[in-house]
Amino acid sequence: MTKINELKMILDSRSVNECFSRVAVASFSSQLDMTVEELGDIKTVVSEAVTNCIVHAYSNTIGKIYITCTVFEEGVIRVSIRDKGCGIPDVEKAREPLYTSVGGERSGLGFSVMESFSDKLRVRSRVGVGTTVTFEKIIKGKAR
Amino acid sequence: MPVALKLKNNTLTVCLKGEIDHHTAPAIRESIDDAIAINHNASLIILDFSGVTFMDSSGVGLVMGRYRLVAPMGKRLQVDNLSARDYQILRMSGIEKLAPLNQRYDEIKENRYD
Repeated sequence: MTKINELKMILDSRSVNECFSRVAVASFSSQLDMTVEELGDIKTVVSEAVTNCIVHAYSNTIGKIYITCTVFEEGVIRVSIRDKGCGIPDVEKAREPLYTSVGGERSGLGFSVMESFSDKLRVRSRVGVGTTVTFEKIIKGKAR
Repeated sequence: MPVALKLKNNTLTVCLKGEIDHHTAPAIRESIDDAIAINHNASLIILDFSGVTFMDSSGVGLVMGRYRLVAPMGKRLQVDNLSARDYQILRMSGIEKLAPLNQRYDEIKENRYD
């Protein structure tokens, strides 16, 4: 695929940045002509991944969240969301629907939602090193 | 989040507005729970999502948490006017077996998720 544009940003893992990060990525992505639904899908996936960084990766501290959004000529958006937090001991278990490692009112659906609204999702994690979630969205757009 | 309330024939409708995520959920939860506590005679609690412009899985936790709150009091919970996406996200949890979920009327016809 041919890269035509790229955005990189580094954010503090503060919950107030959840809204900013999803809107920023959606706004940058919108240079590809896409539908409101596709834009909404991207916002939802980014929101889930960034929330995971805040709630899980940096649960007792404030760390940095690294977001890269790449636009491809072929009509694909690739977004990677990386943290240098605690890491996930068992990624497969974490991706199971309704599994959550924390209490409170977390639904355990974060990864299920990310899978539903993206076309490809990859999760790489090492305990003590951090986690990278990368997803791709194929944009069919208004015209197609 | 300031919520609008309607009470009619033991039905309490709580109208939510804006975006529901991990950052905004605690204040929304508090507003709903206050409304339920004040209107303790209501036997049916309706969460009206017509003013909700964005929701992620934090919204699922919010709805499930409200169900867990009201079910032991013998009250029922229902969620109305969901966008197609929010409806799909909520259905992933299986909550519709416990609390009916209703979509926005104007979006039912063109629901691409079913």
